[in-house]
Amino acid sequence: MDLTYTPEQQAFRAEVRAWLEAHVPAEPLEHFDATREGFEAHREWEKTLKSGDWGMVTWPKEYGGRGLDLIQWLIFEEEYYRAGAPGRVNQNGIFLLGPTLIEFGTHEQKQRFLPKMASGEEIWAQAWSEPQAGSDLAGVRATATREGDDYILNGHKIWSSRAVFADWAFGLFREPGSERHKGMSLIFFPLDAPGVTVNAIKKINGHVGFAEIFLENVRVPAFNRLGDEGQGWHICMATAGFERGLMLRSPARYQVAAKKLVELWAANKETADPALEADVVRAHMNADAYALNIYQTASRLMAGAKIGPEASTNKIFWSELDIHLTQTALSILGPQAELTHDAPDAAAVDWIDDYIFALAGPIYAGSNEIQRNIIAERMLGLPR
Amino acid sequence: MDFTLNEEQLMFAETARSLFADSSTPDHWRKMMEAGEAIDPARWASIVETGLTLVLLPESAGGIGLGETDFALIAQEAGYVVLPEPLVESAGVAAPMLAALAPDSDVLADPSATIAIQHPLNPYVANADSAAAIILHDGGDAYLATPDQVTLTAQPSIDPFRRLFAVEWDKTKATPLGKADWDLALDRAALFNAAFGLGLAQRSVDLAVEYAKERQQFGKPIGSYQAVKHHLASAQVAIEFAKPVVAAAAAEIGARDVQARARVSHAKLVALEAADKAARASIQVHGAMGYSWEVDVHLFLKRAVALTQTWGTPAYHRARIATRIFTQPMGPDQTFARESENA
Repeated sequence: MDLTYTPEQQAFRAEVRAWLEAHVPAEPLEHFDATREGFEAHREWEKTLKSGDWGMVTWPKEYGGRGLDLIQWLIFEEEYYRAGAPGRVNQNGIFLLGPTLIEFGTHEQKQRFLPKMASGEEIWAQAWSEPQAGSDLAGVRATATREGDDYILNGHKIWSSRAVFADWAFGLFREPGSERHKGMSLIFFPLDAPGVTVNAIKKINGHVGFAEIFLENVRVPAFNRLGDEGQGWHICMATAGFERGLMLRSPARYQVAAKKLVELWAANKETADPALEADVVRAHMNADAYALNIYQTASRLMAGAKIGPEASTNKIFWSELDIHLTQTALSILGPQAELTHDAPDAAAVDWIDDYIFALAGPIYAGSNEIQRNIIAERMLGLPR
Repeated sequence: MDFTLNEEQLMFAETARSLFADSSTPDHWRKMMEAGEAIDPARWASIVETGLTLVLLPESAGGIGLGETDFALIAQEAGYVVLPEPLVESAGVAAPMLAALAPDSDVLADPSATIAIQHPLNPYVANADSAAAIILHDGGDAYLATPDQVTLTAQPSIDPFRRLFAVEWDKTKATPLGKADWDLALDRAALFNAAFGLGLAQRSVDLAVEYAKERQQFGKPIGSYQAVKHHLASAQVAIEFAKPVVAAAAAEIGARDVQARARVSHAKLVALEAADKAARASIQVHGAMGYSWEVDVHLFLKRAVALTQTWGTPAYHRARIATRIFTQPMGPDQTFARESENA
């Protein structure tokens, strides 16, 4: 147990900080889910990141990464959020699919997909859910019919984050006639392939952050299948573990939010309800506990452990802390809470937008109800 | 940066776990409650023999000279069996304080002697009647007395294994020890009680899981119903996010700065909240059985209630965290930061 950074880790932090200070745009970019312009501005930022070789620091060098360890990744993330750098438009690719590709992909697949993912040249959407397959993901009906060296994809995907503007998507498809967890494969398809129709769905904040995707006889090479035929469910669960457990939500995100909440409290404590101070303290505690948990997980993984069902506890914790934190900010703001960022009296931080976004946390990446089932069944051993 | 325990630490915890599992079973608790006792001499002898009372004592005082991380692991195992004996306060708090003030004290020469401690934050002294000596406070100074040199008035606790006393004493009948580090005593007590709370919490969940697998209603084990699962999953989440805080607090306690104190307070708050949440979930899952004297969960609930309010109330510990967040830099690069000199 040594909770101090080595001189090398400190030097790495300084290197990241200096680069970000020189490159992070002075003005915040328009949100990547709001408009095509916002999306493309974020793609440009990904290319800038790549120019500094910061696309995805944990990946092997030959696939566009820096070959760094998880502690360095955490330091990078801390500096990234500290600098207020733009959101990662390619998070479905770099945080979800990427690590899975590294684990299950062939060398050729890694060469083909990872470098362009790390550089933002190809931006990814996820295509997990279907109208009849949400929490019960094994109910997926979309099919992949083998034809020689190709698959013919058919089906209807929905709630696909980033699909409106992204270039590629990955999703589960089943062999026609197969049932439940068997016969599913994880397959990639270009969103501009013939037979693909993407319809934007507006989120409650008005952004077109997700979409439904119709696939009609979409032909893709079998090369686009990750892992073996029929291994899709297994791979999908591995992706989900990484998503919930480690990479999707950096602790730094909530530590920056807690810092801003403390500043908001300091500026308003003369007029706000004194009882809210306990919530401000709690918001910091939650962000801190999440950071410590992730450092502990990273240390464990570096010592050779694997992520297990405890990943589900993380997803519950960050999603609930985010709601508590942003709701505390709204309580401090009082009558100004409802103002949008266009209002002349709007606060410097768009807390209402953060709160609305936080409400999605318990739903996406596997609802918190499903996470609690996973904890109960796989950690505690309760019967199904 | 390495947030993992080493082999020796894991082995020491394992030793404590198996010792407690064998010697602190529901049968033992029942017999002690019937007899109205809070110490089982045979169990205490085995604890002493294994060296658990010497872990934190410096080698110069005849101890093993290990650190807070090591003792916290033992305290966590003690919590898992709601250990009746005052291992945490005696070996984790009072003995190291006495060793710092009077390393040659006769009381330290006997590793089986328990030492009680009066602290400015606690109105009562736990297990003062059975202690070989009591450390008393006056201003910043510490004094040492035997139980028969002071007047003890029992203040019965809801916890059958906690014997509380109001202590009246007279400086002329006590041995002065000089200025003592009451803050360190508080930090250690808060930290080890937090670790104890982790053990309480996990046992409460485990008892409920065991019951929910067996108990059938509507033709199925109740543990197959989501309403039951979700109670226990939520308690487990609370435990998982208290554990790393306790571990970090133990690792950093020696820094003695604003951040270290806030971490200890954070650990005490969340670990005992987890213990309370888990005990209440466990009672709920056990249904009416859970409300009976017969089922052991109430022992875990009662200890959680007691430890939550002792060694600093939640409000006291929240205030120490508030000091950290309002006087020290915040942000993602500050997780392991130490107090800045110009703050």
